[in-house]
Amino acid sequence: MLQTKLTHIESTKQYQELLTSGKKIAVVCGRMGPMCIPVYDVMDSLKTKYPDVEFMDMEFDAPVAAETIRRLPETRSFQGLPFTVYFRDGKVVAATSSIQNKQQVKEILDAKLK
Amino acid sequence: METHRYDAIVLGGGPAGLTAAIYLARARLSTLVLDTGTTGGQMNLSHEVANYPGVLATSGAELGRIMRAQAESFGARVISQVELLGVTLQGELKSVEVEDEGLFTAPVVILAPGGAPRALGLDSERRFIGRGISYCATCDGDFFAGQDIAVIGGGNSALEEAVSLTKYASSVTILHEFDHFQAHPWAVEQARANPKIRFMMEQMVTEFEGDERLAAVTSLHKRTGKTVRVPVTGAFIFIGYVPRTLFLSGQVELTERGEIVTDERMRTNIPGVYAAGDARAKLYRQITTAVSDGTVAAIHAAEQVEAWKKKAS
Repeated sequence: MLQTKLTHIESTKQYQELLTSGKKIAVVCGRMGPMCIPVYDVMDSLKTKYPDVEFMDMEFDAPVAAETIRRLPETRSFQGLPFTVYFRDGKVVAATSSIQNKQQVKEILDAKLK
Repeated sequence: METHRYDAIVLGGGPAGLTAAIYLARARLSTLVLDTGTTGGQMNLSHEVANYPGVLATSGAELGRIMRAQAESFGARVISQVELLGVTLQGELKSVEVEDEGLFTAPVVILAPGGAPRALGLDSERRFIGRGISYCATCDGDFFAGQDIAVIGGGNSALEEAVSLTKYASSVTILHEFDHFQAHPWAVEQARANPKIRFMMEQMVTEFEGDERLAAVTSLHKRTGKTVRVPVTGAFIFIGYVPRTLFLSGQVELTERGEIVTDERMRTNIPGVYAAGDARAKLYRQITTAVSDGTVAAIHAAEQVEAWKKKAS
């Protein structure tokens, strides 16, 4: 399990329920590695500034990731951890591969999830 | 705007900054650490740290987590992922303005902003980050199983990571800008002994090509001017680090490489302002040397704060 302060998505059922809820969601799918840890930290730091966004994570090597985030067309060309996917009304509105800083994440949140 | 007064402010939460915070807080000075990234700094890039005395082996992230907990246990306040709006180092009372947090002031500031991996600076490099270009072999190596990849650089990191990437890749081409390596001889020997690694020396990478993913690296031979297209689906870039000191330019003395100039007590050219860690102009950049810098800066800074307090009372 990922050791982060984010809510974990641990099953495909949980993932599907989140998507059908229509909530604004940012999911960081990664490992506890050098490029992933800073992104979890960025998301955690933005929780209070974006209270209507659910900041979540998902273990890259868990079955749930293979069945969901890793199968999305938007992540097909990705070759750098973490895969970060932003959802609105159950649809992917943005996706990034590899490390992102706070400014980059905020730009996406402001443009796509505000 | 809310103003918060501290005895000491440390800018940077890597090993230098956190060590300084441990010493300052233990000296019973109210201490604030502000980090624009994740605490741990460049230690976070190390999957395994095996040369930190007293610790057999651990991850850099774990070492950073422990250092932060240690600083906080002595009373230091540590805030990560801050956005600095302004830093004023001149005058007796220094100030740092932080978005959503307010204005922080202190008579002493220790600059420990650390460094960031150096990029080639090509537009096409930015385009393929996470789609073939990576700066972390242990993070992304397994995406390139059975593929031909390149490693760009000629220092210890480049050669060690090239060897490590042969666990996954079919072949690794090392592209280096000089006719010799900066890496230690043992690292060069290890890379040369690996049959999956080939070397292209005196190369200047000019372009990364591909559609959705990287397909090739174009490189120019610096002496002959001959351009070569190397078909690879991955490129790992290890060409050193740059100090994160842009925000200090014009305020504190920097070298032409942007490193902060200090004396042996870690004092900068501004009274009450110290520097420690990888952003300081020095020969060796290790966790141990960063810890040493942080210790020296904090001990001297604490003496200075105490002297000012006595004078004021």
